[in-house]
Amino acid sequence: MISEGMIYLELFYTFFTVGLFTFGGGYAMLPLIQQKVLEKGWLTLEEIVDFVAVSESTPGPFAVNISTYVGAEVGGVLGSVCATLGVVLPSFIVILIVAKCYIRFKNSKLVSGAMFALRATVVGLMAGAVFGMLPTVFLSTGIAWTSLLTAEFLCSAVIFLTMLVLALKKVSPIILILCSAAAGIISGLLFL
Amino acid sequence: MTMKEKWKKALELFGIFFKIGAFTFGGGYAMIPLIEYETAEKRKLIDKKEISDIVAIAESTPGPIAINSATFVGYRSCGVLGSAMATLGVVLPSLVIILLIAFFLRKIMDNRIVQYAFFGIRAGVLALIVKAVVNFFKRADHGVFGITIMIAAFLWSAILDWSVIALIALCAVAGMLYCGYARRKGWME
Repeated sequence: MISEGMIYLELFYTFFTVGLFTFGGGYAMLPLIQQKVLEKGWLTLEEIVDFVAVSESTPGPFAVNISTYVGAEVGGVLGSVCATLGVVLPSFIVILIVAKCYIRFKNSKLVSGAMFALRATVVGLMAGAVFGMLPTVFLSTGIAWTSLLTAEFLCSAVIFLTMLVLALKKVSPIILILCSAAAGIISGLLFL
Repeated sequence: MTMKEKWKKALELFGIFFKIGAFTFGGGYAMIPLIEYETAEKRKLIDKKEISDIVAIAESTPGPIAINSATFVGYRSCGVLGSAMATLGVVLPSLVIILLIAFFLRKIMDNRIVQYAFFGIRAGVLALIVKAVVNFFKRADHGVFGITIMIAAFLWSAILDWSVIALIALCAVAGMLYCGYARRKGWME
C-alpha cells in the first residue's frame, strides 16, 4: 500500500519539476521528459516517440497529453491526474504571481537576460533529444554499420526526408502523420 | 462583483477554455489566435492589447504556453477563481481523451499493420521535431554567446547525459550575467 501511494507522489513530483524547468512550450519539454521518464523506466524511447505522434493527432497541449499518458501507463487514472496536476501547478503558481506585477516582470532585465540564454539552451537540448532518438527511428536492427544497409533503414530515411521537406513547407502536422503512417504501411507490406 | 457574478464569469471562462482545449491541435502557439478571438474579440473579457503581453509572459515563464495563457487570462478577468477554472477547462479535454487512448493503445499495438504505420510515423515525428528545432533556432541568438550555449547544451544532454534541470539553471544565470555585462559594454540596449 505504501509503495502504491509513493508512485503517485513520484509522478506528481517528477512532472512538477518538468513543468517548473521547461521554457518555450511544446516540444521544449521533450528533452527533460525524455531524461526523467527513461531514468525511471516508465516508458521506452520508442514509446515516447510513438506518443508524440498520438499527441499531435489529438487536441490539447503536448505537455498535458504526455503527462496524462505517462501517468496512466504507470498508475492508471489516479496516476494520470497526479502527473497532470504536477505539470500544471508550477505554471499556475508562477503566472498568478507574475500577473500581479506583470509590468515590472515584462521590463525586468534579469528575466530578459535569462530568456536570452534559455532560447539558445532549448535549441541545444532539443538537438540532443533528436540525436538520442536517431537509433530508435533508423536503426531498429541495432547499432551497427550493417544496419545502414537494411530495408528498414532505407525506408525510414526516405520517409524522414520526405516528411522533413513537407514539415518545412508548413504542411499540417496531422496530414504529415497520416502520410507517414500510409508510407510506413506501404513500405512494411512491400519490403519488410 | 458579487459572488454570484464571479461564479458566472468563472464558469464562462471554464466553458471557453474547455472549447479551446478540445479543438486546438498542436498545442501552445496554435491556441493564441483562438484565445484572442474568444476572450478579447467575442466577449471582451480582456483587452486586445493584453494578448501580446500574454504571449510574452507565457514565453518567459516556465510551463506550457497553453496553461500559462489560460491562467493569465482567467486571473485578469476574474481573479484566482477565474484562473483556476480557465486552467481546469483547458486541461480537462486532453486528460479525458488521452486516458481513453492510453486504455486501448497497448491493445492495437500488437497488430502488424499498426506496427508498420508506427514505423513510418516515427520517421515523420522526428521530422516534426527537427522542424521545431529549426523554429527555436530562428528565434535564438546567433552570436558567439548563443551558439556556444547551444553546443554546450547539446553536449551536456546528449553526450554527457547530465541533469537538464541543472543546465537550465546554469544557463539562466549565465544569460543574466552576460546581458548585464553586454549592456555595460554598450553591445546591447
